[in-house]
Amino acid sequence: MNRKPLVALLGALVTVGALAATPKDTLVVAKNIEDIVALDPAQAFEFSSGEVVSNMYEPLVQYDARDPSRILPGVAASWKTGADGKSIEFTLRPNAVFASGNPVRAEDVIFSFRRVIKLNKAPAFILAQLGWTNDNIAQMVTRLPNGNVSVAWSGVFGPGYVLNVLAARPGNIVDEKLVMANEQAGDLGNAWLNRNSAGSGAFTLKLFKPKEVLVLEANKRSVEAPKLNGVLFRNVTEPATQRLLIEQGDADVARDLGPDQIAAMRSRTDVRIEDFPQAAVHFISLNQKSEKLRNPAVWEAMRYLVDYDGISKQLLRGQLRVHQAFLPVGFAGALTTTPYKLDPDRAKAILTQAGISNLEIDLDLINAPRFMDMAQSIQGTMAKAGIKLNLLPGTGAQVITRYRARQHQAMLLYWGPDFFDPHSNAKAFAYNVDNSDGAYQSTTTWRNSWLVPELSAKTLDALKESNPAKRAALYQALQQEIQAKSPIIMTFQDQNQAAFRSNVKGYVQGSVADLIKYEGVTK
Amino acid sequence: MPALLLLRAAMRTGATFALMLVALMLVTFLIGKAAPIDPVLKVVGDRATPEAYEQARKELGLDKPLAQQFVRYVAQAARGDLGLSTSTGRPVVEDLAQYFPATIELATCGILLGVLFGVPLGILAAHQHNRWIDQLLRMVCLFGYSVPVFWLGLVGMLVFYAKLGWVAGPGRLDDVYQYTLTSWSNFVLIDAWRAGNMEALRNAVSHLVLPSVLLGYFSLAYISRMTRAFFLEELGKEYVLAARVKGASEFHLLTRHVLPNVAAPLFTVISLSYAVLLEGAVLTETVFSWPGLGLYITSALFSADTAAVLGGTLLIGVCFVVLNSLTDLIGYLADPRARA
Repeated sequence: MNRKPLVALLGALVTVGALAATPKDTLVVAKNIEDIVALDPAQAFEFSSGEVVSNMYEPLVQYDARDPSRILPGVAASWKTGADGKSIEFTLRPNAVFASGNPVRAEDVIFSFRRVIKLNKAPAFILAQLGWTNDNIAQMVTRLPNGNVSVAWSGVFGPGYVLNVLAARPGNIVDEKLVMANEQAGDLGNAWLNRNSAGSGAFTLKLFKPKEVLVLEANKRSVEAPKLNGVLFRNVTEPATQRLLIEQGDADVARDLGPDQIAAMRSRTDVRIEDFPQAAVHFISLNQKSEKLRNPAVWEAMRYLVDYDGISKQLLRGQLRVHQAFLPVGFAGALTTTPYKLDPDRAKAILTQAGISNLEIDLDLINAPRFMDMAQSIQGTMAKAGIKLNLLPGTGAQVITRYRARQHQAMLLYWGPDFFDPHSNAKAFAYNVDNSDGAYQSTTTWRNSWLVPELSAKTLDALKESNPAKRAALYQALQQEIQAKSPIIMTFQDQNQAAFRSNVKGYVQGSVADLIKYEGVTK
Repeated sequence: MPALLLLRAAMRTGATFALMLVALMLVTFLIGKAAPIDPVLKVVGDRATPEAYEQARKELGLDKPLAQQFVRYVAQAARGDLGLSTSTGRPVVEDLAQYFPATIELATCGILLGVLFGVPLGILAAHQHNRWIDQLLRMVCLFGYSVPVFWLGLVGMLVFYAKLGWVAGPGRLDDVYQYTLTSWSNFVLIDAWRAGNMEALRNAVSHLVLPSVLLGYFSLAYISRMTRAFFLEELGKEYVLAARVKGASEFHLLTRHVLPNVAAPLFTVISLSYAVLLEGAVLTETVFSWPGLGLYITSALFSADTAAVLGGTLLIGVCFVVLNSLTDLIGYLADPRARA
């Protein structure tokens, strides 16, 4: 009988000084990756998959992770607006190749956009904004005789907006030859792309076990070859476990730490904490289907009943900052004034003057610790002005289900932009022209049954404006209106905190998941 | 005709088995449907257009009437197709093949430790009834019952992994082996052995030690208490007195006379503890980032991933039934009266 394994077994039991330390050529990221459903750029719509996809693929043009209002070349080396002002001609990067070795051709661009529209999965609506449908996509995106790609659109907006849309996640370019070689039952390679990659980005997908591990491997053919050989995402859902891993050196980066873990690690010299402002904005919204929440005095009083400083500086220190407008800092035209402070007396006076008393409101919220903390604080401060808040916590999916059906009274939630253009948020917070139950929209306005024809017209005006400075001014005015009078109480902007082993350098994290870049990382 | 009788008995058992599973599926299915969560959201996100939403709903078969959905599910399940998980985007069968071995590996090590220590300790406690050893063991077991497993897990990790460095940390393997070891059976121990990769095997054992000791401790608490109770009951009986009078040594008495008499109920207790470890180690799996079945079902529940929840529940149901039948069989074989 082979006794080696038995010896090994005993050996492991008495091993002293565990073999910690991560592989030298691989970055190990401890993170909750359970949200990943899809990795196909035409389907992926989760935070974690966005991060992975943007490291495996390139769009025609891309956002600058450090300043997303700037657009940089991607697969396209240059571009110019057509004479009609309704199309852009892209010149592809000479000698651009996919990880497979296949050259990047105009046909790949056409194929990639066509499959997003045809598959019609979660992110398809982003490209569909350009007026693209199954029937017209062949005419809208074409190959020119010189090998360039012409992208046309219909709609009242300029090329700046179109570039922002094309830089978003579904705009990533896939390798047509490789994808179609793996097509199953007419799915345009969808199933295969959820387990493999076919891009020209910095990494390729080496291994993915859902809810367990995901490994990226450096794409040696990419423009800027990564400095490390790979990135390994370990699914770790428990923040305390993440902390142990990074302290022991079994992870190089920990991404989902709570304020407690962060505070406890501040004094360590072998771990570094970094803050990353995020584009998501938090708010409380009041459903206008509910009679008692229609009075503007209620809207105003509630603005004075949130302990902005207490929540951002103590309760959720480092994870939120006070922000009271719908465009997050980092977007052109973001309004940074914060006129509201906690003032129960003032709120009480406003309510008394309006003759409102005994107000009782149900507040829906996601049962994650941060929202629970926030809601409990708000419940306490609202009570000071006589507003009784009943908290209704539920899982994310449960809360969104109620929200979509407009069954809530008040909602504590956050909103992240779909792509880097102010219109993405303006549409969500200041546009609603059809409030009927059948006209479903994912906007905050519709979901709270708040009909705003005048604001909607202004939102469209801002979209049409092609002068960047004027456009920013229009958005500022819109935000001021919402800030002063609306059933949407903007409260905070998100901030991410991550812990790094002190030898990890070159990590870049922008304000959305798609702007997390690993190619420059060394350790 | 004993063969015919046996066949009929087997068929009856099979039919009961199938009926139980269908009932289990029905209950799980209805609970899943009653949950106020829209499963389509997990697939298309909450910002998709109404058209994309409808398309996804159709693809999931959710536009059909409830009864039709259930019948379709059962028919598919009978063919071994448990549907598509909306939270991982792949067939549930494939998911289970990945997560269940992790759980089996952990639960088996746990139950082995639980039996190895729990039974002898229970016998010892019964033998030393109401003396200090009995009292001490009672304390140990009480601790095992009452301390939350996630707390003990975290403390264990803090001490043995973070401070002392005796064992490896969370997960099933160190990251270096994620590349080198191919998943063949998804049992890390087997895969490492098969590949002849002793380093990986050592590492896997080192990862397994802490969580399985923890689970072993919890099942030990239960098993030793039950063993003690069974033995106490037997020790008061006349055949024990007779054996003592005839001069049997205490060890001989306990192992040769009493143990066979309590074997059947003891097996039931052990197999049920095993079944509980197979389904219910969610917290341990969370703390140790152990990608097992408990974690899979829980996270599926939160996103209303009905197919995944049904598949997982079905698997656990099958485990219970199989373990139960095995216990009956062992009890039958161990009982001399049945053999006569």
